Amino acid sequence: MTFQVELVSPEGIAYSGEAEMVIARTVGGGEIAFQPGHVPFIGVLAVWSVDVVHPDGGRDTLAVHRGFVQVAGTKVSILSDVSEASGEIDVDRARAAREVAEAALAADRDDAAAAEALARAEVRLTVAGADS
Amino acid sequence: MAGGRERVLRRRITSVQKTKKITRAMELIAATRVMKAQQRARASAPYSRQITQVIENLAAAGTEVDHPLLREAEKVERVGVVLITSDRGLAGPYNSAIIRAAERQVQNARAEGADYSLIIIGKKGRDYFRFRNYRIDSFTEGISDNPTYEDAKAVADTVADLFESGEIDRVELVYTEFISIGSQKVVVRRFLPLESTEVMAEEGHGEAGAVASFEFEPSPEAVLEALLPRYVEARLFGALLESAASEHASRQRAMKAATDNAEEMIVKLSREMNQARQDAITTEIMEIVGGAEALGSDDDTTDTPVPVGSRD
Repeated sequence: MTFQVELVSPEGIAYSGEAEMVIARTVGGGEIAFQPGHVPFIGVLAVWSVDVVHPDGGRDTLAVHRGFVQVAGTKVSILSDVSEASGEIDVDRARAAREVAEAALAADRDDAAAAEALARAEVRLTVAGADS
Repeated sequence: MAGGRERVLRRRITSVQKTKKITRAMELIAATRVMKAQQRARASAPYSRQITQVIENLAAAGTEVDHPLLREAEKVERVGVVLITSDRGLAGPYNSAIIRAAERQVQNARAEGADYSLIIIGKKGRDYFRFRNYRIDSFTEGISDNPTYEDAKAVADTVADLFESGEIDRVELVYTEFISIGSQKVVVRRFLPLESTEVMAEEGHGEAGAVASFEFEPSPEAVLEALLPRYVEARLFGALLESAASEHASRQRAMKAATDNAEEMIVKLSREMNQARQDAITTEIMEIVGGAEALGSDDDTTDTPVPVGSRD
């Protein structure tokens, strides 16, 4: 059994596909995996990646920096205004962003904006598979 | 003199023809941009629909929160007016209609004894209000032509900040609704404070009929709190996209009218020019005939040809 996954951004539907399982991470709730038949669910997503597992075992990883997930019936919608599929990520830019954020954090440990930027950069690098 | 008039007309026709080429080009460009803007508006629809759907589900669960964006002021001391105009002109009545509606909002606020605060998108709106010495609190340019979500977010954040800090107590959004290519309408919508979730849900497309018993994580209140700012951004983004489509449609129409007028003018001027030329020729012939006759009737047969048109 599969269900339909859609990544909906304000500019359009950024990704859509069939999936057997979707793994996401919600704010305060940790990782959560959805399979067809899941209870209707709405959650706030953490700055993290969303894994879409296809019926054939393949996997798409999306970097979702902010958003919501809604599971209803046979459909999973991920609402996000800042998100990327792994192929769209500019690794060099993310690395540069990480360095800038790390420098800012070193200077001021309470810099919330820098901490967020760092988290985003790390997710991007993880999703792009270019971490370290 | 007669030949001079012909030349003046010919020059005017050339100039009108050049203008026509420009307006025609602008018309075609605007036409393709309308299509693009419409496409983008359509592409953004699923997102706002989904957000509304989540709000519907929250409303069905009876979630209410005490969020600053929902704060209804007891006494409205300052009304924010957000207006979306274009950066460039030549779009017919597009900008003036928006400006008029926005100015009326400002006057209404004053009539209620409240102050106003202008948040302007687009150069045309700024030019008008600056010239009339209105105080402009925020101005953004370069986004109305082809708005991105980032742009909408930046403006929405500014407005939300002003509202949350209590600087302004109510926000009206003035923009142009795109109904179809032939029809756009200036609308004034309440932007902030947001209505309660039930009203928001009702205003939405309401297609889902709210599936019951959702699980919310971390909690319904937390979801709603995270969602409200996104809802505000999405609404402004929608308004920007509709305005962009309307702007291009208005420009297309204005430029079509200009092209038609130029065509009409060319026909009229050409007629006038032909007549002037005809008159000049007639006069010339008359002069030649007159001159020949004056030379005497004795040697009519040895007429030397007088070159026509050598006298100017």
